[in-house]
Amino acid sequence: MSDASLGHIAAQQLDATHGVVLYLQDISVSFDGFKALNALSLAIDDGELRCVIGPNGAGKTTMMDVITGKTQPDAGSVYFGQTIDLTRLSEAEIAQAGIGRKFQKPTIFEQHTVFENLELAMKADKRVRRTLFARLSSEERDRIAAMIGRIGLAGTADRVAGLLSHGQKQWLEIGMLLMQEPRLLLLDEPVAGMSDDETERTAELFLSLAGSHSLVVVEHDMAFIARIARKVTVLHEGGVLAEGPYEQVQNDPRVIEVYLGR
Amino acid sequence: MMTRYRGRGWIAFVAFALALLVAVPAAALLFPAGSPLHLSEYWVSLAGKIVCYAIVALAMDLVWGYAGILSLGHGLFFALGGYAMGMYLMRQIGTDGVYHSPLPDFMVFLDWKSFPWQWWGSEHFLWALVLAVAAPGLLAYVFGWFAFRSRIKGVYFSIITQALTYAAMLLFFRNETGFGGNNGFTDFKRILGIPIATPGMRVALFMLSAATLLGTLLLGRWLVTSKFGRVLSAIRDAEQRVMFCGYNTAHYKLFVWTLSAVLCGLAGALYVPQVGIINPSEMSPANSIEIAIWVAVGGRGTLAGAVVGAAAVNGAKSFFTQAFPEVWLYFLGLLFILVTLFMPRGVMGLLTREKPA
Repeated sequence: MSDASLGHIAAQQLDATHGVVLYLQDISVSFDGFKALNALSLAIDDGELRCVIGPNGAGKTTMMDVITGKTQPDAGSVYFGQTIDLTRLSEAEIAQAGIGRKFQKPTIFEQHTVFENLELAMKADKRVRRTLFARLSSEERDRIAAMIGRIGLAGTADRVAGLLSHGQKQWLEIGMLLMQEPRLLLLDEPVAGMSDDETERTAELFLSLAGSHSLVVVEHDMAFIARIARKVTVLHEGGVLAEGPYEQVQNDPRVIEVYLGR
Repeated sequence: MMTRYRGRGWIAFVAFALALLVAVPAAALLFPAGSPLHLSEYWVSLAGKIVCYAIVALAMDLVWGYAGILSLGHGLFFALGGYAMGMYLMRQIGTDGVYHSPLPDFMVFLDWKSFPWQWWGSEHFLWALVLAVAAPGLLAYVFGWFAFRSRIKGVYFSIITQALTYAAMLLFFRNETGFGGNNGFTDFKRILGIPIATPGMRVALFMLSAATLLGTLLLGRWLVTSKFGRVLSAIRDAEQRVMFCGYNTAHYKLFVWTLSAVLCGLAGALYVPQVGIINPSEMSPANSIEIAIWVAVGGRGTLAGAVVGAAAVNGAKSFFTQAFPEVWLYFLGLLFILVTLFMPRGVMGLLTREKPA
């Protein structure tokens, strides 16, 4: 089997020269006539921490599916930086390009250990041939060990991930994203099921990541949003209802009517 | 987390290797008939058959136990390897057949004057070996390329593999396709010019099969304890997460799927000279389902379990089909139900407390 057939992915460099890392324009997606996204446009700046809120069915998860290549939009364009057209790439290629995604329900490798979960996620040549002969260097082991400490799982390296608590699984998944060294992190309800203490530590982590990474956080927990929010986008019926600083959005009568007021 | 062959595992492996490569040949050749330690030809050929089945079970465990791909068509790859070797053995008969023609009897019977295209070069032993691994490998690669690229999974994939082996069986049953119809290939006389039905040749073929089984075990262990193996079992448990980690999962599945088919072809090529016949019934859907049962009984995702399961089920089969031929299928069905309900981790689950991979 040739090199090209086994997962060779053309290395494309992210070009964020105009300060925009992700650009969605007029994205429409419909499922059996239901418009999940309706001409959605959104731009995320390099290093920005953006919160996305909206009632159930507003299109938040579909938007993430479009960005990560899980769903093809019926219309519109999605660009990562100036040059990378995400609608033409597979899920794996998008991940390699530098976009990490955390699912709503924690998705980790339950039968692998914490260490192995992070090892598999770690940025590397992920083609079959390389993976067959891959050996961890001591520097890579140190990086994994450091990440285990950073996500508050010290002492659990050899524990099977399925045995972790819900909050720990959420953290492990975040750790896996970070091991991929992404430029953009998409986080779907990252603090669901976390204790107040874990939520607070998550907020601190996200705030420390902003600047060097771009983050898009979808959350229902308004206290958490208030804690980390700078700019907030409100989705409603597949489009953007309002966008702006948290206080402004919070007092927007349309937002109150469709979402906050209920 | 992967099945780690710690000290105990290696001791078991060495004991197993000694039993296959030393004890069996010694019992068959050194002890005279009548001695309580003598192993008769019947037992040598039964053991040889089971060793070949164990290779198939290992191949199945790699795709099913580790990558989570349940194939119900692995009998096809086994049979293709068997047919490739079978044609070589047909040509070794030379002019000693019923019709004293250089062509195999079935071709003379059909009034054919030359070999069909697929049997070009089949008089060469090495070419037969190449064909035995390349034919199943190529078929698996092409089939897998389309199936994995189209993201066909789970029960849909299993059903298509079942249909594939059934379709191939119908094709091989036909006389005009050049595979010997429902009789297949049989009446072999020689291999590499040496008479095939002698005690020495039986033991040699057995030892060759045993060495292949041991090699397959080591290869399998190396694969599943590598990072590649961890990616495979991650695909089994959460394929989407693996994709979002940046792995092209279709390529991983295609690699292990094709490797598995190649191993089955090799097993088939070793099997046919020992049993002396290959016919389309090897491709029957039931045969392929039985392969999955061996692995389920032994314990998925453990490698050793595949070998244990193949030996246990086939040992039971040769006993039951002689003692109570009419109840064998009921017994097999019952065994599968009981294992599924009460022993989800198979025999290996009872033997070890280690978690499967």
